[in-house]
Amino acid sequence: MTNEVCFRTLHLDKPSSLDTYISIGGYQVWKKILAEKTSQMDIIEEIKISNLRGRGGAGFPTGLKWSFMHPPGGEVQPSMQRYIVCNSDEGEPGTCKDRDILRYNPHQLIEGMAIAGYAIGASIGYNYIRGEFWEPYEQFEQALSEAYEAGLLGKNIQNSGIDFDLYTHLGAGAYICGEETALLESIEGKKGQPRFKPPFPASYGLYGRPTTINNTETLASVPVILEKGGQWFLEQGKPNNGGTKLFSVSGHVNKPGNYEVPMGIPFADLLEMAGGVKDGKKLKAVIPGGSSTPVIPGEIMMDLSMDYDSLASKAAGSMLGAGSVIVMHEDTCMVKTLARLSHFYYDESCGQCTPCREGTGWLSRIVHRIEDGQGKNEDLDLLNSIASKIEGRTICALGAAAAMPVASFIKHYRDEFQYHIDHKKCMVSMK
Amino acid sequence: MGDKKVTIEVNGQEIETQAGRMLIEIADEVGIPVPRFCYHKKLSVAANCRMCLVEMQAMREGMENPVVPACATPIGDGMKFYTKSPKAIAAQKGVMEFLLINHPLDCPICDQGGECELQDIAIGYGEGYSQYTEAKRVVKNKDLGPLIATDMTRCIHCTRCVRFGEEIAGTRELGMIGRGEHTEITTYLEHSISSEMSANVIDLCPVGALTSKPFRYSARSWELNNVDAIAAHDCVGSNIIVQTLHNKVKRVLPRENEALNEVWLSDRDRFSYLSQTHTERLETPMIKKGGEWQCCDWNTALTTLVAELDILVKDKKNTIGALLSPSSTLEEGYLLQKIVRGMGQHNIDFRIRQQDFSQQTLDPLYPHLGVNIDDISTLDAVMLIGSNIHKDQPIIGHRLRQAVLKNDTKVMAVSHRQYSFHFPVTENIIVHPQRIALQLAGIAKALLTLNNASAPTGLKEVIDDMLITDIQQKMAEKLQAAKRGHLILGNMIYGLEDYAQIRMLASLIASLSECNIGYLTEGANAAGLAIAGCLPHRKEVGKENNQDVGLHAQEMLSKTLDAYILLGIEPELDTLNPQQAINTLTASSMVVVMNAFVTDTMKQYANILLPISTPLETSGTFVNTNGMWQSFTGAVSPYKEARPAWKVLRVLGNLFELDDFDYRSSEEVKESIASKYTAEKFDNRIIWQEHLFENRINNVNNEPIRISDVPGYAIDAMVRRADALQDSLDMQIADKVLMNEKLAQVLQCHADNIVEVEQLEGSGKFIVAIDESIPDDCIYIPSAVAATTNLAAPFSTVSIKE
Ligand SMILES: Cc1cc2nc3c(=O)[nH]c(=O)nc-3n(C[C@H](O)[C@H](O)[C@H](O)COP(=O)(O)O)c2cc1C
Ligand code: SF4
Ligand code: FES
Repeated sequence: MTNEVCFRTLHLDKPSSLDTYISIGGYQVWKKILAEKTSQMDIIEEIKISNLRGRGGAGFPTGLKWSFMHPPGGEVQPSMQRYIVCNSDEGEPGTCKDRDILRYNPHQLIEGMAIAGYAIGASIGYNYIRGEFWEPYEQFEQALSEAYEAGLLGKNIQNSGIDFDLYTHLGAGAYICGEETALLESIEGKKGQPRFKPPFPASYGLYGRPTTINNTETLASVPVILEKGGQWFLEQGKPNNGGTKLFSVSGHVNKPGNYEVPMGIPFADLLEMAGGVKDGKKLKAVIPGGSSTPVIPGEIMMDLSMDYDSLASKAAGSMLGAGSVIVMHEDTCMVKTLARLSHFYYDESCGQCTPCREGTGWLSRIVHRIEDGQGKNEDLDLLNSIASKIEGRTICALGAAAAMPVASFIKHYRDEFQYHIDHKKCMVSMK
Repeated sequence: MGDKKVTIEVNGQEIETQAGRMLIEIADEVGIPVPRFCYHKKLSVAANCRMCLVEMQAMREGMENPVVPACATPIGDGMKFYTKSPKAIAAQKGVMEFLLINHPLDCPICDQGGECELQDIAIGYGEGYSQYTEAKRVVKNKDLGPLIATDMTRCIHCTRCVRFGEEIAGTRELGMIGRGEHTEITTYLEHSISSEMSANVIDLCPVGALTSKPFRYSARSWELNNVDAIAAHDCVGSNIIVQTLHNKVKRVLPRENEALNEVWLSDRDRFSYLSQTHTERLETPMIKKGGEWQCCDWNTALTTLVAELDILVKDKKNTIGALLSPSSTLEEGYLLQKIVRGMGQHNIDFRIRQQDFSQQTLDPLYPHLGVNIDDISTLDAVMLIGSNIHKDQPIIGHRLRQAVLKNDTKVMAVSHRQYSFHFPVTENIIVHPQRIALQLAGIAKALLTLNNASAPTGLKEVIDDMLITDIQQKMAEKLQAAKRGHLILGNMIYGLEDYAQIRMLASLIASLSECNIGYLTEGANAAGLAIAGCLPHRKEVGKENNQDVGLHAQEMLSKTLDAYILLGIEPELDTLNPQQAINTLTASSMVVVMNAFVTDTMKQYANILLPISTPLETSGTFVNTNGMWQSFTGAVSPYKEARPAWKVLRVLGNLFELDDFDYRSSEEVKESIASKYTAEKFDNRIIWQEHLFENRINNVNNEPIRISDVPGYAIDAMVRRADALQDSLDMQIADKVLMNEKLAQVLQCHADNIVEVEQLEGSGKFIVAIDESIPDDCIYIPSAVAATTNLAAPFSTVSIKE
């Protein structure tokens, strides 16, 4: 029951080629839509049934997001150009799933974008690919030209009267450009800085036009959902947590990598698939959804399953995020780990809004100081207070992303931090 | 936005208002205080400082109440907000703490201290101690030129200055580079700011990051006295606050007036005060005796003057002439013309840069813009004729730019030089100045064709075999299509020898396309002086004196009279033909100079020097281009022995024993004009004058001629002596001669060469710059700058030598 959706070409020879994709029934859904002019609302309805939720981290129901482009009581700006934008910026530490979709199954993403574009009334799409992804970018461009050559994209596609043009946009290495509105600014050629919302992209998006933004995995799931039915997809996972999910498992495991499995798989099973904890050591902690999600102690984690609800439960207190599972064994210093994470957010803050610009640097400096044996007793409370002053008060969620790890690390591993402060050295490496 | 009414609740208070407005606007309206830094009512919303966070009632039961920025939260019916709840206060205090951790907290040595938004709000929301013990950020200062000082470590990244550049100044010179903590406000490449409104960022900056370079360290804001006044350097009459200390002007700030300057001020109006203490200020009255200058008291100066003039004037006719600055006050102008007319003469004029007076009887009562400044945004097409609008008239330029941005106004330009406007121009005709009339005739012809009308008498033969160019056609169509179209005659147009024809054609175009037409004028008070009767053909409030028309400015300056009174002008800079002016005046036996400043050149032609106040030292009235009468009082007392000119003129009137000179105040002078004046509604279009063309329009011979205009910071004696303005980028042109590559090749001139430019019997040295904005067969040399005092009138031939 693995690799059923986004990775369904992975086991084949030349998985990224058009022929391979066609051989497994690829582009059939798109062609059907072109031929039958399926109603937009029917497509959106099917996505709603599938319970597909955004795979970019926030888990927003995709069908609902698409329906914002067709609000009750009349279209948003009916005469305006609309856009579908795919977020392949994949910058969150721990995440590497979208990269493999671009490399191994780019056609499914293209088909997904075309369908999404049709469903929301957009005749132009952009795929924003992370700057460092040169090889995936080339793979995707290759697939794009194949699709154009095969007459699957362009103007009046297969005489359907339907237009869809798709462009790739390569980023320049800023994590913040993964935030959807910073991404739009970046495509427009401006500095990648999030916009404040409202207005939301559905009313004021790319070039001020109605726009839908989805993650790569979200969009690449669409052709399979429409082929096999929303109900089928939903049943792969659990209610409210439909479908399959790509998990990027990294850290102290024997077989790190991307695993496409049903949503709701017990963490223990996923860990086993990834070859278990390295060197037979004890599991200490797991960051389940990418570096911005709160850390969960190993013992709690072993009882959780990998889905939105379970990870957000009271016991877990975290999030599924983008499904980027960072596994840490007993030799990991949590202070050093947090220092690394805090530095990342400090470095990646766009600098626009006060709490994040000023707060991320403050957090990072204190955690580094503690790590360096310069910690003070009041530092831990101060860290918590700084984190709480950032979260919920910024323009975008980067502020929260920087704050959440801090609070959770101190909550679960306060003794380690205190040890660093008291003894000016690390408790773990002493063992 | 719409007019949909909604009701919201703020701190339990119900407020009814329109949907979609931002919470902060409503809070401001009803007086609920919300702290803020980045929000500014005239700029777009950035929502980056987060200081305005307030608590909002959650939309759904069970959800936690979020905090939202009041400046970026559009309100909807039933929304509830709490600006002072523990949650809101905690959020505001949290932001304040973040703002302060990297702020230097150097208030005692910061120029903004006492008028700092950060300091003020920190009193309410900051703590008395800091939890921050890490290293603080230091940011390198930027050199933004002579007006704006920087202390970038103090910057709180509110981006008001950046948004000002993009949205108001239209220059995008400041930007934010870098990310996170390393975010910096900078000019990208280090350079001075060129916008004519740049210093508004000083007012906008909520902290001491951008302060006034000329003002800094010279006073504390709380020590200053505020005096309301009117700016004296363009025909808008921006409202200002003059701040003084110990009887010295320390600073000038904008005073909000939505009808005129809104909250803005041009750099010129802001910094001209720097001339107040210039070394060239005239300190006492002086008399030339036997070729030697002697200081004297007022009594001696005035009695000498009266004695000498009495003798002259009693004997002959047409012997005295008065020339005055278009920035003289209404009262000064009124009294001066009263003296001249009291002597039975009409030789008075403020139109000192005009060349062609042939149709002066057609002039409106006073030069009017034809549209209210705050209605410019409603125009849909505007044609500028000879105007560098944002340098000549910064506030009107700004209004026009806003019209372009918000109302999609189509702006077209016809000029002798391609100006870099800060808004897009849909059609641009750049021609040799002697072809401007022909171009207008082409547009008129296109309009006649569009309207199936035949050419008015006199014009027919001129335009019969003229080909309408594409661009003329488009301009005609745009004006014709406009519901509210407007033509504007700019500052430069008055110096042309065929001004009357140009104005007639412009008026014809306006009539044919059902547009209006208006004037932009030099100085602060051209309108007021016309009303005051400072014209050879009209007495006060426009009363014609057709039988007895006096000499106009050009006549007075081309043939020597026996005596002159010069009020507030330096003819070597302020008139069209400096060479001729100096010669004419030097030959006169009596030249009375009333000026705030004195130079060696003045001392050559003057016989009596009377020190008078600057507009900052006198009470008076300016009438702006919309006919608004704005009176002001002096902010400081006059420099040394200087006196307000209206007082000097009143005493003179009495000494000459003229009737009705018993005014006790400038208000009384104003009243005596105002009581006779009734405001008119303006239509500036004039009746077709067939004799004006007689089937002929000026045409060009191909000798290179000198084109010119007055750079923004050369327009009057005060501005020319404001050093900081002189150091700005715009004045780098002061010693240049510009020409296009084509002409440079013909003349064998190379960039950066120093050349001698000769006009009639005078010459000047200039540095060659190649500039493709100059049309063929023209060289550009600015007017009113020191290097041109020996040259003759622009728009005539010149020769160039290595
Ligand atoms: C700082 C930040 C970085 C983000 N980076 C990514 C990213 O790299 N890829 C992504 O798909 N979503 C990213 N997101 C989430 C997007 O803003 C957005 O929610 C998502 O692309 C929506 O697609 P979905 O609904 O399909 O998940 C990021 C969000 C934030 C706040
Ligand atoms: S939270 Fe950080 S990254 Fe997001 S807008 Fe504010 S400063 Fe930029
Ligand atoms: S004033 Fe609202 S965020 Fe700055």
